[in-house]
Amino acid sequence: MTLKINVNHLNLFYGNKQALFDVSLGFPEFQTTALIGPSGCGKSSFLRCLNRMNDIIPNAHVDGQVLLDDKDIYAPSVDVVELRTHVGMVFQKPNPFPRSIYENVAYGPRIHSLFKSKADLDQIVEKSLVRAGLWEEVKDRLYQPATRLSGGQQQRLCIARAIAVNPEVILMDEPCSALDPIATAKVEELIDELRERFTIVIVTHNLQQAARVSQQTAFFHSGYLVEAGETGALFTIPQDARTQGYITGRYG
Amino acid sequence: MRFLWVERCVRLFFLLCAFGSVAVTIGIVASLIGEALRFFSRVSPIDFLFGLTWAPYTLPTGEVSGFGAIPLFTGTALITLVAMAVAIPCGTMIAVYLSEYATSSVRQIFKPLLETLAGIPTLVYGFFAATTLAPILREIAGFFQISIASESALNAGLVMGIMILPYMSSLCEDALHRLPTSLREGSMGLGATSSETIVRVLLPAAFPNLMAAFLLSLSRAIGETMIVVMAAGLAANLTFNPLEAVTTVTVQIVNLLTGEQEFDNAKTLAAFGLGFVLFILTLFLNILALYGIKRYKRIYG
Ligand SMILES: Nc1ncnc2c1ncn2[C@@H]1O[C@H](COP(=O)(O)OP(=O)(O)OP(=O)(O)O)[C@@H](O)[C@H]1O
Ligand SMILES: [Mg+2]
Repeated sequence: MTLKINVNHLNLFYGNKQALFDVSLGFPEFQTTALIGPSGCGKSSFLRCLNRMNDIIPNAHVDGQVLLDDKDIYAPSVDVVELRTHVGMVFQKPNPFPRSIYENVAYGPRIHSLFKSKADLDQIVEKSLVRAGLWEEVKDRLYQPATRLSGGQQQRLCIARAIAVNPEVILMDEPCSALDPIATAKVEELIDELRERFTIVIVTHNLQQAARVSQQTAFFHSGYLVEAGETGALFTIPQDARTQGYITGRYG
Repeated sequence: MRFLWVERCVRLFFLLCAFGSVAVTIGIVASLIGEALRFFSRVSPIDFLFGLTWAPYTLPTGEVSGFGAIPLFTGTALITLVAMAVAIPCGTMIAVYLSEYATSSVRQIFKPLLETLAGIPTLVYGFFAATTLAPILREIAGFFQISIASESALNAGLVMGIMILPYMSSLCEDALHRLPTSLREGSMGLGATSSETIVRVLLPAAFPNLMAAFLLSLSRAIGETMIVVMAAGLAANLTFNPLEAVTTVTVQIVNLLTGEQEFDNAKTLAAFGLGFVLFILTLFLNILALYGIKRYKRIYG
């Protein structure tokens, strides 16, 4: 089993406040890893270290190593823009651009010139929407504003938008927290299918969801990685008292 | 019981305040319309709105001539066009810099500075146009062997553009800054650079609000008087050449009214006719701007 991403001794600071402490964790290729833990424990912060989204925050500072295919993404020679085409991201709140459905999906391919002709681009858009399970619902209104879709459709559109640039890893930060149970089920099903081609990291507050979609689970607590392991094992026989407390609902 | 009384009085008082301001506004509009109607009973609206010569004059017989306002409209349009050509690109770029690139400390210095600039009396801008910019433009024109009027639409328009720049860039900055961070993150997360994010996502998303900012600035430029009096002059030329002297609606209103006491001849009443047109125009622009913002909120709010 190869590790797609390997994080070694990662520390994250916002100004002089430390948010992550010495986190080391490997992400197996073509598996889904769930990050769980109480609110404010640093799950989102950790996720954003994996595609250097924290670079956007003015005073955020990272030390340690994040290896993507054995190359350190924090090395000075790395092109952040390029990196983000390999490591895509889906956010907590659906955030389609206020443009048409088609343009939303075509956005990534356009900025990275991933197509040769208009037909080529049409193909990419269709393929991405099919993979995101949205094609049937939107194929007749590709040129309508994306903001008119329902929340669940918008979130799947954001997933389509992310896979249109053909990444290797997809990061998802609570992708279902704004969705109803039916839309959630659809997205979960999608995550399971996407695993064939992508390595997925998902932050979730829903423990059943973590159990359903992931093969590996990591439990965070106040900036520390407490415990990580095979999902079934972590939920049935947690090694740490804090993990046990969290998954049995004693706090969180 | 005593408190109830006080409450009632207080309430009545504030009600009167609110009514008062509305009543005054209605009164102003009514008097404007009344006087404008008196004017249009002497000069036909068709002649006024579509006439090509502005040299208002009442013959001793009571006949009127030279009440064609087209040269004033074109003059206003010309100066405003020059002003917007300066203010729209500069204002948008300043806004993009302040909202997307400037660090928060830079923004904290720049924003108050811009707001101070917005507080400078327009008379000062007029001086600047007449005494500083006019000679410079003459030099430049001389160098290229072209003739430019000492009071030109270009001169007035440029300075007017500078005048509305702080207002415009402040409105545009608000429009951009209000956009949700999630849009920026969505774009950056797909590997877009800052400039791609600005051009392809943020500016289109802020477009309705930017449009509103442009329209509000436009109606401000149209209503501006002092700069034009000092920099563009009184000559009602019908021209589209920004190097010539033109005049505007506001300037002519001032011109018609100065020195006159009686509001009983066509010439003074013409000021109300012009004022009425100006009022309708700026009202229309403001409504358009408000409607734009509302529509935007309905879609993305
Ligand atoms: N931009 C920031 N600047 C300063 N501190 C931040 C910033 N973002 C997050 N933090 C802090 O870092 C810590 C971890 O936050 P993070 O958002 O990663 O938590 P989380 O586990 O994702 O929580 P939640 O489940 O509520 O989303 C928190 O204490 C938070 O206050
Ligand atoms: Mg979070």
